[in-house]
Amino acid sequence: MAATSYCSRAVAPLAGLLLLSFGSLATSQIEEQAEQFFRSGHTNNWAVLVCTSRFWFNYRHVANTLSVYRSVKRLGIPDSHIVLMLADDMACNPRNPKPATVFSHKNMELNVYGDDVEVDYRSYEVTVENFLRVLTGRIPPSTPRSKRLLSDDRSNILIYMTGHGGNGFLKFQDSEEITNIELADAFEQMWQKRRYNELLFIIDTCQGASMYERFYSPNIMALASSQVGEDSLSHQPDPAIGVHLMDRYTFYVLEFLEEINPASQTNMNDLFQVCPKSLCVSTPGHRTDLFQRDPKNVLITDFFGSVRKVEITTETISLQTDLGILESSGHTWKLLVP
Amino acid sequence: MVPVSVVFTRESVPLDDQEKLPFTVVHEREIPLKYKMKIKCRFQKAYRRALDYEEEALSLGSMQEAETMLAEPQEQAEGSLTVYVISEHSSLLPQDMMSYIGPKRTAVVRGIMHREAFNIIGRRIIQVAQAMSLTEDVLAAALADHLPEDKWSSDKRRPLKSSLGYEITFSLLNPDPKSHDVHWDIKGAVRRYVQPFLNALSVAGNFSVDSQILYYAVLGVNPRFNPASSSYYLAAHSLPHVINPVESRLGSSAASLYPVLNFLLYVPELAHSPLYIQDKDGAPVATNAFHSPRWGGIMVYNVDPKAYNASELPVRVEVDMVRVMEVFLAQLRLLFGIAQPQVPPKCLFSRPKSEGLMTWELDRLLWARSVENLATATTTLTSLAQLLGKISNIVIKDDVASEVYRAVAAVQKAAEELASGHLASAFVASQEAVTSSERAFFDPSLLHLLYFPDDQKFAIYIPLFLPMAVPILLSLVKIFLESRKSWKKPEKTD
Repeated sequence: MAATSYCSRAVAPLAGLLLLSFGSLATSQIEEQAEQFFRSGHTNNWAVLVCTSRFWFNYRHVANTLSVYRSVKRLGIPDSHIVLMLADDMACNPRNPKPATVFSHKNMELNVYGDDVEVDYRSYEVTVENFLRVLTGRIPPSTPRSKRLLSDDRSNILIYMTGHGGNGFLKFQDSEEITNIELADAFEQMWQKRRYNELLFIIDTCQGASMYERFYSPNIMALASSQVGEDSLSHQPDPAIGVHLMDRYTFYVLEFLEEINPASQTNMNDLFQVCPKSLCVSTPGHRTDLFQRDPKNVLITDFFGSVRKVEITTETISLQTDLGILESSGHTWKLLVP
Repeated sequence: MVPVSVVFTRESVPLDDQEKLPFTVVHEREIPLKYKMKIKCRFQKAYRRALDYEEEALSLGSMQEAETMLAEPQEQAEGSLTVYVISEHSSLLPQDMMSYIGPKRTAVVRGIMHREAFNIIGRRIIQVAQAMSLTEDVLAAALADHLPEDKWSSDKRRPLKSSLGYEITFSLLNPDPKSHDVHWDIKGAVRRYVQPFLNALSVAGNFSVDSQILYYAVLGVNPRFNPASSSYYLAAHSLPHVINPVESRLGSSAASLYPVLNFLLYVPELAHSPLYIQDKDGAPVATNAFHSPRWGGIMVYNVDPKAYNASELPVRVEVDMVRVMEVFLAQLRLLFGIAQPQVPPKCLFSRPKSEGLMTWELDRLLWARSVENLATATTTLTSLAQLLGKISNIVIKDDVASEVYRAVAAVQKAAEELASGHLASAFVASQEAVTSSERAFFDPSLLHLLYFPDDQKFAIYIPLFLPMAVPILLSLVKIFLESRKSWKKPEKTD
């Protein structure tokens, strides 16, 4: 009796220990699997930044686009992977009191034009046709490499558009417009040809949410600065330059991005909270139903930065000309005497 | 279909089984894909008795001699395999090894004296043949898009997609030219080590190699000092951020649209020497190199500390190209998807030849690439058809139509050649299918900019036609009334 009670008392902690060790093994395995599951499957990043307005009073749209361009470059995407479409008539405009600069902040703190801007489509080349050609890849063979979107099925693409828009359309350079259905069809053609792994679409125009209503291809996440029926407002006029310098939504998105560095783990849910109605006057919207992963597992750097997957190289090829014979037992290799 | 010819030596199987030779056995397997599609994998084994010189070769003492004797008479077609079955007690293989895979599409399997000899040996042969040509993971990697969703394996994402050509760039990064005067004989190294490898791979595409030296190019991460070994190290989690600042300076050829593979050799600055790369557990990596899928590889080359003693700065550094090329070639193999095959247990492997590539590894690559090309071409053509079905006012020009016809013919030819086991012509046909289908799909004339919603149609045409229509209608009414009046008139005067 005493023996059995002693045994049972000893067995219980032992069993507890065994269960604990199994549990920890199982959880560490599950954790590793879960970590792999939530990581994005991309190997490179691209960005297509489009400003669809021209003329001096649309200064803020060019400043918007250039600020996003700067952030994206700072977080690691190289110029060869950015397609920048701008009317580019601000910096050298005769009405610009500070030539060769484009400022994004009052008191002229930040010159976003800088020395190393690389504009791929400038001035009258920014048309609906060229934009759709870049997206779908139907480019004439004579186009240089810098004007192409050479993405593949493992690319995450960020598409940022800004300008004047309405319910279901976006105005390009005051002469033509692109409708939300054309945009949705272009994305579908990209998906058919597997030209992207995941796509983040950000639009900062009036009634911006109407532009993403018609998307139907998988793996697209969309953000807009205002809902249908609302106008997106600009942020602050600058008395020295005489125009509004930025739009509110992009201004607060940029403030948010300034705190991100390439190693940060901030996720998309924080980006959705940027610019609430109290600051922005319009209601920013987002759409995630086409996206497969949960937004809280999507890192900001998955789209805005370029964090590569790396693997340590563990094996080498021997370049000596002896013909040794290797033995395989399971997955370990042993070298036999040559 | 993989043609395998199985050669039996005299004491490998019981005598009555030997009487049944020669005959052919076909082994088929189906692999399911998405959308209820399947791929059939067929191994056609042609059994025969060994010829005299083969018997002689296989009774020699060591594997090398046997191989040299066997290799002489014939060169085998791509995609086919030859398996030699030797007797159970032969000393050609070490005692506990059941099979051996050679560098040139040959393998040796031990026979057995048993009633069910053919079945048992048949299974062993299938295992060896699968390791040398097609397995489910090889096809899975090639068809990553088209398989059901379970793609969370890095092996499947690492290789480059199939393309007509590739550009390989070797770059030497010297951030500290004041201290190190680095020289590397890249031309000689490429000629001696890389070119043979690329020549062996030349069936898979056109390769162009270039090299450059970049000065004052630093890595994006500051290495940390490890006082225990008085060296600097780069932790594993900081490696992903190393590449980006360098990439903008690497440059790429403006003219070609082929995918680029970059191989960087970094000689750390004097202040940060020696520099080691640590893996996840904190141990320094033997090769001091890492690679990124679909991009390339980086290796850190530490200058020998003895070189600093004698002379003043800058110290002349001659890079040991053999060590460097060993790592780069290994990375090149991995990036191309020449992965380690799943070997059957108790199997011996021969070391790759001096080119770094065994012929059956090339075959594996070609099988995978052909299947991948076929899948890509068929999806491209299907999506083109869907696009045309949805948007009816696209005009198809004649040259687009001829590309489509050519693509379809090439797909059919490639499928036939694959089924009959001619790997080389199947691969060429599949490449042609992909180029034609891509040219048809990406033709600039197919851009659809003609979206007209119904309300916009009304909004455009009504203001145009309504003002014109009003006087026309009114005058029609007037004509009708007048003609009615003229009919009524004769009645009245009567």
